[in-house]
Amino acid sequence: MAEASPYAADALIPHTVEPHPVTGIPNGKLGIWLFLASEVMLFGALFSTYVVIRTTAPHWPPEGGLSSEILNVPLATVNTAVLITSSITMVLSWASLKMQNLPRFRLWLGSTIALAFVFLVIKYFEYTHKFELGHYPSHDNFYAVYFTLTGLHGVHVIGGIIVNTFLLTAGSRMWATEPERWCSWPCSVSRRSRSG
Amino acid sequence: MTAPTTHGATTHAGGNEHSHDQDHGHEHAHGHELPFWRKYIFSVDHKMIGLQYGLTALVFLLVGFSLMMLMRWQLAYPGRPLGWVGKLLGENAMPGGVMAPEFYNQLGAMHGTIMVFMGIVPLAVGAFGNYVVPLQIGAPDMAFPRLNMASYWAFLPGGLLMIYSFFMPGGAAQSGWTNYPPLSVLTQVPGQTMWLFAMVLLITSSLLGSINFIVTIVQLRAKGLGFWRLPFFVHAQFVTSFLLLLAFPPLEAAAVLQLMDRLAGTSFFLPTGLVVSGEQLKVAGGGSPLLWQHLFWFLAHPEVYVLILPAMGIVAEVIANNTRKPLWGYRLLVYSVIFLGFMSFVVWAHHMFMTGMGTTMSTFFQTTTMIISIPSVIILTCFLMSLYGGAIRFTTPMLFATAFLPMFAIGGLTGLPLGLTASDIYLHDTFYVIGHFHYVVAPGTIFALFAGIYYWYPKATGKQMDPTLGKIHFWLSFLCMNGIFMPMFFQGMAGLSRRLYDPTIYAHGRAIQSLNVVISWSAWGLFLAQLPFIWNFFSSLARARAVENPWSATTLEWAAPSPPTHGNFPTPPVVYREPYEYSVPGQTSDFHPQFAGEA
Amino acid sequence: MDETKYGFWLPVDVSSHGAQIDNLMAVVHWFMLLLFVGWGIFFVYCLVKFRARPGHVATYNPVKAVFTKYIEAAVVVVEVFLLFGLSTPVWFKYKGRPASEKDAVVVQLVAEQFAWNFHYAGKDGKFGKSSTATMSGDNPLGLDPDDPAGKDDITTVNQFHVPVNKDVIVELSSKDVIHSFNIPVLRVKQDAIPGTRIPVWFHATQPGHFELACAQLCGLGHYRMRADVLIDTPEDYAKWEKENAPTPSEEQPPTAQQPAK
Repeated sequence: MAEASPYAADALIPHTVEPHPVTGIPNGKLGIWLFLASEVMLFGALFSTYVVIRTTAPHWPPEGGLSSEILNVPLATVNTAVLITSSITMVLSWASLKMQNLPRFRLWLGSTIALAFVFLVIKYFEYTHKFELGHYPSHDNFYAVYFTLTGLHGVHVIGGIIVNTFLLTAGSRMWATEPERWCSWPCSVSRRSRSG
Repeated sequence: MTAPTTHGATTHAGGNEHSHDQDHGHEHAHGHELPFWRKYIFSVDHKMIGLQYGLTALVFLLVGFSLMMLMRWQLAYPGRPLGWVGKLLGENAMPGGVMAPEFYNQLGAMHGTIMVFMGIVPLAVGAFGNYVVPLQIGAPDMAFPRLNMASYWAFLPGGLLMIYSFFMPGGAAQSGWTNYPPLSVLTQVPGQTMWLFAMVLLITSSLLGSINFIVTIVQLRAKGLGFWRLPFFVHAQFVTSFLLLLAFPPLEAAAVLQLMDRLAGTSFFLPTGLVVSGEQLKVAGGGSPLLWQHLFWFLAHPEVYVLILPAMGIVAEVIANNTRKPLWGYRLLVYSVIFLGFMSFVVWAHHMFMTGMGTTMSTFFQTTTMIISIPSVIILTCFLMSLYGGAIRFTTPMLFATAFLPMFAIGGLTGLPLGLTASDIYLHDTFYVIGHFHYVVAPGTIFALFAGIYYWYPKATGKQMDPTLGKIHFWLSFLCMNGIFMPMFFQGMAGLSRRLYDPTIYAHGRAIQSLNVVISWSAWGLFLAQLPFIWNFFSSLARARAVENPWSATTLEWAAPSPPTHGNFPTPPVVYREPYEYSVPGQTSDFHPQFAGEA
Repeated sequence: MDETKYGFWLPVDVSSHGAQIDNLMAVVHWFMLLLFVGWGIFFVYCLVKFRARPGHVATYNPVKAVFTKYIEAAVVVVEVFLLFGLSTPVWFKYKGRPASEKDAVVVQLVAEQFAWNFHYAGKDGKFGKSSTATMSGDNPLGLDPDDPAGKDDITTVNQFHVPVNKDVIVELSSKDVIHSFNIPVLRVKQDAIPGTRIPVWFHATQPGHFELACAQLCGLGHYRMRADVLIDTPEDYAKWEKENAPTPSEEQPPTAQQPAK
């Protein structure tokens, strides 16, 4: 038998689509919130590490000078702008789904993915510049913290690209098979005609 | 445990025949069988995943136990060759049949790691949580079935890689299960890196699982099942999941940082000016070895409650069922576990009193440690009071559950002198500590897990385990467990440090060496005591079918067929009352299930 | 070494603060025993009295138990007493500094895999400069050979001589991994953490020959990282100091004294 939807197994499970009457949200949203709580703890531990190492160091950065002279402030500022913009485009893509506009959803989600790539490319230039100067994570704890924290963030960005690319391509087939779930309840259900 | 279901083919995910109005758990199953690999290997059914977790964890428990039995030979008879076993393990581990100190340290580190992260947590949370929680709350499955499968498939490779590290050059991790740097960073064996890598997988598995449990318990409770009607086991799993969710990420971060130290040459945990074997160590320095201990114990203290709370949950279920009366102080129990969960995040540094912390910090942490003992006392009191006025049936699960109470009491009480800084000066890192936490997790948690296996075996298989073999298993285990762990308190009081390859180097070690012989023989006896269990576990599959609700229990899991079909309940269950309505006055039978409507 | 000083319970105590620790230990254990026996009696009574048997039914309504509240309150009171009455005072004393630091004997102790390097200031009471940067196999303490203050310093390996009835401050550090300075008979334990220098002090009350054990897993030789603790009478200590003082003709800092065994 052909498996029309790989998600049929979930159809058994209450509140996969329609929100729980008490919590007011479907399962997936609660799950993501909890995941974010665990991420807060993960990065909380990493930033605590940074604070401990920095405050116990006789000088920061250990090799002298100022952090702003070591890191490329203009590039990092551009990257911050890129990140913030990508969260705006992400929300716009979500809003487009709520408004049942699949083409616009694709546009905004595609922009989000593109911005993620822009972020990584800028990061690539920052990293290679450090490597050219011979500054590897082992150089001192300034670089250790810098590479580890931004590297883990980079891994998260790559994860986001993978998930969003799935939603943009294969995943968006759910628009046809399970529209309420796809646009995240509640949204009006007269969407068949707009099927993309 | 993968008995063929007597309810015909169970099926799921097969295709678009599912729709909202369909009656999924119907006795007359859907027309096709899932392929073997979807049903038994990459299953998304919480019951199959629970069984996978359970069987895998039991195997790992046996492996971890075997490592300990090897260590006990060296401790009982230091330097004596170990015959054919020595030959089997090869010249690197046991040159001339005598255990090498490195190998002893590997066994010690891996025994702890395997028992905690690959044995008890997966069995208590992965197996019992997965199998029982959705059934007890009347849900058709976990909230995210594929995420559930993913957590098992992160756990299994993590566990296998951990075991594999024994076969790598230089052997497995050998810096204790706590893996303290700088030792763990400076130990140049790839097994040490593999430990971190496998831990990242095991942590990820628990994280995914904890999200799933919380969402399932919040969102998928059956109609009428308010929070004050949940079985205590579900409350315990709920708190446990929050501990896993919030405590594991810092260890994941710490593992990543230590991986960086090992692989990229960073110095997160390496201070400036290390000199190893007379050579200046060529690293940048500037890190802090204590930072690891803080990150590690921030996880590992809540982890202690991850080990004990599900066990308390199982004990509560079994006690209520076998005393034939409601639990005494049900709400007090729930408040106590929630309080325990909160407090477990602010006691971690009591593992670090000897690291040179100041008096303010140590006073804070010994005070929180004393505070956390109060809810434990309340929980124990509630369980004891639950026995009062009951009509106690001494079934096999009840034997294990009743034995849990004094064993956990010993484990908990011996925590007091360790939590007080002054007595900890003397007892820290001695065998007293080993005795203390083993009383909590071995005759404590593991007994509760055995109780759970005997109690829910009929649910998972439709068969009862043999009660005579069960009683043999219980009494031998009870005897041997105490033979192992009780002498450790005396060794600790005598001042014997833990993790010593040869305790007879020291005068105070020679004084208590006779106890080591007692402990070792008890340990080997404990192994023999498990043989009736293993036989019982498999041979009971061939027994005649048990009745539907063999324990006359009240909770929701007994509303489903045994074993439950896919989707668990023929019709979505409705809950009418509190979880433990036993011996209700005016009722004809002595139990009034949650799911039985008013007659 | 006197083997009869050790047994199945606390070994002999030869320190000034140890009695308080032993006292706390005794009170805690009596308290634990009392609670356990009390619980145990109730537990066994319930198991026998309320066993299932024909004609016996369970009571549905929960018993009103006031005495459990009293027990819990008593536990709280006892724990507060243990905490602030017995534990904290001795801990503050232990973590503080001796009354008169001037008269105290100061020993610098550098732990390494798998030995204890003791460094005494010698006659002039001044330590020669030492640094991790100059540590090597021949110079385990990293002593500066040009520092005049170090000319009379005494260094030993795995031999810890201290005078009886005197405050002793040990300044503890480690050059490689975490070790733990543990002398059971002195009721002293303190981790030696690389990158830090942690002082720990005690006051021995009896002479004798005891031992120091490493209490923190430090590698494959952890089990044999042992030192002899020799608590000397003032005369013996002076004699030992004199015998081990480096002769003036020596140009290099004194080579480490070999362990007894």
